[in-house]
Amino acid sequence: MILEVNNLQVNYGAIKAVKGISFYVNEGEIVTLIGANGAGKTTTLRAISGLERVHTGTVKFKGEDITNIAPHKIVGMGLTHVPEGRRIFTNLTVMENLRMAALLVKDKGEISKSFDEVFELFPRLKERRTQSTLTLSGGEQQMLAVGRAIVTGGDLVVLDEPSMGLAPMIVDEIFNVILRLNKEGATILLNEQNAYMALSIADRAYVLETGNITLEGTGKDLLDNPAVQDAYLGS
Amino acid sequence: MKYKEAGLVTFLQLLVYGLQLGSIYALLAIGYTMVFGIIRMINMAHGDFLMIGSYAVYFLVSIFFADQMIGPAIALLVVMIAAGITGMIGVGVERIAYKPLRKRSTISTMIAAIGVSLFTQNFFRAIPAIGPNPRMGPKLLVDKLFFIGPVQLSMARIIVIILSLIIMAILYAVVMNTKIGIQMRAVSCDKDASSLMGADVNRVISTTFFIGAGLAAISGAFYANSYPVLTVTMGATLGNKAFIAAVIGGIGDIRGAVLGGYIMGVIEIMISAVYSELAYGFSFVALIIILLFKPEGLLGKPMVEKV
Repeated sequence: MILEVNNLQVNYGAIKAVKGISFYVNEGEIVTLIGANGAGKTTTLRAISGLERVHTGTVKFKGEDITNIAPHKIVGMGLTHVPEGRRIFTNLTVMENLRMAALLVKDKGEISKSFDEVFELFPRLKERRTQSTLTLSGGEQQMLAVGRAIVTGGDLVVLDEPSMGLAPMIVDEIFNVILRLNKEGATILLNEQNAYMALSIADRAYVLETGNITLEGTGKDLLDNPAVQDAYLGS
Repeated sequence: MKYKEAGLVTFLQLLVYGLQLGSIYALLAIGYTMVFGIIRMINMAHGDFLMIGSYAVYFLVSIFFADQMIGPAIALLVVMIAAGITGMIGVGVERIAYKPLRKRSTISTMIAAIGVSLFTQNFFRAIPAIGPNPRMGPKLLVDKLFFIGPVQLSMARIIVIILSLIIMAILYAVVMNTKIGIQMRAVSCDKDASSLMGADVNRVISTTFFIGAGLAAISGAFYANSYPVLTVTMGATLGNKAFIAAVIGGIGDIRGAVLGGYIMGVIEIMISAVYSELAYGFSFVALIIILLFKPEGLLGKPMVEKV
């Protein structure tokens, strides 16, 4: 198990956003959390990365307890988080965004290799590498967000709503890159509103409803599950 | 000499004075703008770092050197040590007074900053070695006057201008090209995302305060060299003017702070030459006029309030 979440509870003031959930991710897997808006998916991921304070419960990464550790330390251990809404540094150029992502990578050769990889995967970023990121489209911003994760290069890559607000073609492109990252050895934990897309690539999945896990199973099982079809697949 | 020529000579001399005062404002304004850029806070106590810096120079010189004229190399070293000390004080102030309020409203941190300013001034006044009476600041540089054509120039002023420009160029290069510079810009845009790339946000903010307070100290040392009267409240007025400079240039933008600083310095000296009582007031007039036409400041980008 690369990630083990035990009885995780996160509060925003008096509101319990995540009400004691437990799940795990095995090395090499693609695991997805699906659920409606406000189900607690983003809060769960933010708590794992140290951005939200964990009220009770524990998060273990590679066997080590990382509950309530500062985010930058968790990144250093190999957990990379692509946040919801892309969160590009709009005051930096494309290249500077990638350099920022390479902050913890010591080996210069490795950095330039990962830059090349990003530009090979997303040629459009290469054309725009010295430009301000304000001029990027939503799709290009998401490419850059995923590109940053490639440069940071974690063993577990956590992606929060990578398809949000993107055209279908670009969603395919992003998902192909996620699959490729997984083939290259990264474990993936994915939050997705596009449940069909997420379940079709996931090894296992969890359904979150108002802060609780209500269903779990393999991606295929959940795709075939009538309740899931009703609530999330719109069929 | 013809009347017109005499006017030009005076203008050039005033311009040098203006640029020198502008350098002092610019160095001080950078701290306002950097702190605002990174934590969206107006550090009302920033001017007091200038005061701390000039006293630090004063004590370093009076403790370690009998003679005030210590030569340029040692003078520079003294100023750098004073900047380091003040920088550390800046880091401490942020840790103790501002960091606990980071998630609170802007008004809370601003009131905290006013508190820090009042505390600093009164604390320094209470130290017997400083006390309420003004001190004569040390003369670090022997001033030589020289002529270029009919224009009489002061060596010390020229040195202050050149040194300030070098320091600001180095700072700009650091912010644009180094790892810590990119982190500072990234943190000013998005703290959460920066920490997800492995940036230690607290350390980046501390570094920003260190640089800001250090530059304020250098600015204080330069100020005291030309206007050698040290008081515990000297930072307040200068701080206000530098703050105006930062706003004129577009707060959050380092180049804007420099531009604003020089505009303020030159305007103040030129107006003083006509009628000295008007100078401070006219700074505000300049501020109002510029903000009327460009509310985000000369180099500032229009800010969108994020919801």
